[in-house]
Amino acid sequence: MTTLDTQGEPILLEMRSITKEFPGVKALSNVSLRVMAGEIHAICGENGAGKSTLMKVLSGVYPYGSYTGDIVYQAETQQFKDIRASEAAGIVIIHQELALIPELSIMENIFLGNEPTKWGVIDWAEARKRSLELLARVGLREDPDTPIKEIGVGKQQLVEIAKALNKSVKLLILDEPTAALNESDSQHLLDLILGLKGRGITSIIISHKLNEIEQIADEITIIRDGKSIETLNVKRDGVDEDRIIKGMVGRTLESRFPDHEPKIGEVFFEVKDWTVGHPQIQDRLICKGSNFFVRRGEIVGFAGLMGAGRTELARSVFGHSYGRFIKGQIYKDGKPIQLRSVRAAIDAGLGYVTEDRKSLGLNLLDDIKTTTVAANLRAISNYSVVDDRKEFSVAEEYRKSLRTKTPSVEEGVAKLSGGNQQKVVLAKWMFTDPDLLILDEPTRGIDVGAKYEIYGIIQRLANQGKGVIVISSELPELLGLSDRIYTIFEGAITGVLDKNEASQESLMKLMTSSRKAA
Amino acid sequence: MNALKKLFGGNTRQFGMIFALVALIVFFQIFTDGRTLTPGNVINLFNGNSYILILAIGMVLVIIAGHIDLSVGSVAAFVGVFVALAMRDWGLPWWAGVLFGLLLGAVIGAWQGFWVAYVGIPAFIVTLAGMLLFRGFNQFVGKSNTIPVSKDFQYLGSGYLPEIGPNTGFNNLTLLLGIVAAAFVVIMSLRARATNKALGADVPELWVEVTKLVLICGAILYATYLFATGRPGTSFPIPGLILAVLVLIYGFIADKTVLGRHVYAVGGNRHAAELSGVQSKKVNFMVMMNMSVLAGLAGMIFVGRSTASGPFDGVGWELDAIAAVFIGGAAVTGGVGTVIGSIVGGLVMAVLNNGLQLLGVGADLTQIIKGLVLLAAVAFDVYNKSQGKRSITGLLLKNFQRNNNEIKPDETTSTKEVISKEA
Repeated sequence: MTTLDTQGEPILLEMRSITKEFPGVKALSNVSLRVMAGEIHAICGENGAGKSTLMKVLSGVYPYGSYTGDIVYQAETQQFKDIRASEAAGIVIIHQELALIPELSIMENIFLGNEPTKWGVIDWAEARKRSLELLARVGLREDPDTPIKEIGVGKQQLVEIAKALNKSVKLLILDEPTAALNESDSQHLLDLILGLKGRGITSIIISHKLNEIEQIADEITIIRDGKSIETLNVKRDGVDEDRIIKGMVGRTLESRFPDHEPKIGEVFFEVKDWTVGHPQIQDRLICKGSNFFVRRGEIVGFAGLMGAGRTELARSVFGHSYGRFIKGQIYKDGKPIQLRSVRAAIDAGLGYVTEDRKSLGLNLLDDIKTTTVAANLRAISNYSVVDDRKEFSVAEEYRKSLRTKTPSVEEGVAKLSGGNQQKVVLAKWMFTDPDLLILDEPTRGIDVGAKYEIYGIIQRLANQGKGVIVISSELPELLGLSDRIYTIFEGAITGVLDKNEASQESLMKLMTSSRKAA
Repeated sequence: MNALKKLFGGNTRQFGMIFALVALIVFFQIFTDGRTLTPGNVINLFNGNSYILILAIGMVLVIIAGHIDLSVGSVAAFVGVFVALAMRDWGLPWWAGVLFGLLLGAVIGAWQGFWVAYVGIPAFIVTLAGMLLFRGFNQFVGKSNTIPVSKDFQYLGSGYLPEIGPNTGFNNLTLLLGIVAAAFVVIMSLRARATNKALGADVPELWVEVTKLVLICGAILYATYLFATGRPGTSFPIPGLILAVLVLIYGFIADKTVLGRHVYAVGGNRHAAELSGVQSKKVNFMVMMNMSVLAGLAGMIFVGRSTASGPFDGVGWELDAIAAVFIGGAAVTGGVGTVIGSIVGGLVMAVLNNGLQLLGVGADLTQIIKGLVLLAAVAFDVYNKSQGKRSITGLLLKNFQRNNNEIKPDETTSTKEVISKEA
């Protein structure tokens, strides 16, 4: 049962004027999406544009009633109240982080929650027979009894698809399916999706890898700032990567940055041939021979899509606090230095403000003054006894100079707004008096006013002759703030652009392909 | 009402729980017709619980750091029997026995700390194994016999401050101790007040401070009176003295030193602590090791009190110590708790135990009531957190937690969370 569009093509799914609000934020505003039966439909947009939210609405993660608008699927208006309901209708979503249980076998995972039974007992013979069929369909030659943890991510992805096929999927949604895969695994997966298309299975694919989208998608819907911007037909409109990028970043740049005259000195911090392995997966590299340098008084941007390895690079430089160090050398003021622990990195004059404030940056049980001094207790203690008076006055000083809005420095950090929490974290690192401060997504989840203040703080630090590295997913932020921008793609630095030659288009191009900049 | 709030709220976080303890004491004093607050009973109460309270001091640090130690009873018993044997068979003098016991505790603690901190086995498992191991060692080394200890050593567990100076009708040393303690409290609070004022931080009004000090000093002096007027030969007990010294030392470490800060930091958010340069493995190791040293001390005091070491010493102590810590406001998830709070929590249990005994309530009912009290104390804690508001009892417990911030679950999911899990 399908309806036809004006050209007589069958429509499988139509989402009409979907609006989804979270407290204080409109994540989706009037988004429409139309997917034809039997096509591969890509959804593109920057991080935070609302792609995943839209898919969660479709799959019932956000149940009917928590959003406004209609979902028409197979010519009927649907009211999915949970994932089970959408799966029953043949819509299966495969998340970026795979939902497989590592200790169970391939077969057990395929049939998890959906076990074939005979008189209430699992019919393993039947399960085995069917899993062999399914594995053949996805082109995975593995014994169904192999535990999931023993096969690679690429094969795990195939198991997820086999699991979806077992649920007689009609509409398959893949969220960043190739983000964790190497090139040949990615290619195999893309071929499989094309193969499924041949068997009449419709797919929606979310991906940052525009070359892949260009390769397999029939239609592309672009979402920006929670709104659906346009839908492109790849063949008819002659879409290429540049065209997609234009749609994704087409927002107007607002003047949201304080005026700043950079006073750039000489190179004082340099990283050469930095190579780091994945903490768990052998043979997988998260940093591939990266080279970069920072000058005094310079704000250096690091641009890259989520999962490109920006944070991993920063954390591994910051005292080897992430991944398996393989090789590379750090030079500070021309001298080679070894930073084998976070302590050593702090002592050498590095600071790192984490991306995820709540899980990595803050102890939410602490109050402001305890947090402010947490990374430099030495400075306020004598013979390792903390001096309360110094602690209090240091915290007060930063509260005043950063204009943190709080009744007192004895307030718990959990009670502060995101912007004020970030100021406390900045205070903590400013108190260690670093020469190089690495800021990972310094303005995530912070409102515009506070952003402006944080930019001001960053610029002041640079004016003091410190080097600042800013990692951000928001290109306008990097363009407005940085003096120079490195781009990272799949763990490798793919280019570096000066402030005056960088644009959203040029950055996005370097961030989404391994083509080296000339 | 407002005045009461000022009196019991504010900076002194333990006041709420102390209030509950006082209410409990008053209740039993009334219903036992005054048999609770007699010199004999109070001395007994201290003597019979000092070793649990010492364990609670170590346990609160372990729990703040986010672990647990189930082995303390067995470790105490093993150290007790080994020290008793060493003194009997190798002829060690009592002081060498004590040093030997502390050292043995440190070695055991290093063993457990190694597995927890450096190998990364959950402390629950390591110390569950330790519980079996050291109970076994106790019975193996002592051949399941009781081993008596010398009079000198018994002084450690059942001694009292000696009689010195003119006959005043009181024990002079106890009086002196009480007066010094009261003076110490007054000087410390006035100094803290002056410091806070100089820094421009909020200070409570003067009358609040004065009333508070009068109440605390009154309690200290009343306790002094009770201890000093006991039956001849008794006074402030030595285990109580050891306990008081330990409370001062560990309260100071937890509150004022870099190491203490690191324990709270690791328990509150290990990743954040590590990314601030805290060596979390070292912290975990130290905390586990310290616990076993204190367990050894508690074991020796118990042996001193019971005049001999036996194969079933210390059975169930770990549970009493853990209960004291949680009633004292520590959080199961780590990062929250105080030394003083745990002592108060332990005293709540001790007073409850003692009062019910005096009332002639059987051991069966006593267990039931203690179980309910533990459950209720933690349930209120959990309830308050989930509601983000405080019930009346929650208000009592309020000042007892290091911080009572409402924590909202993180809405965003990103690659970072994966990294943090992997790291």
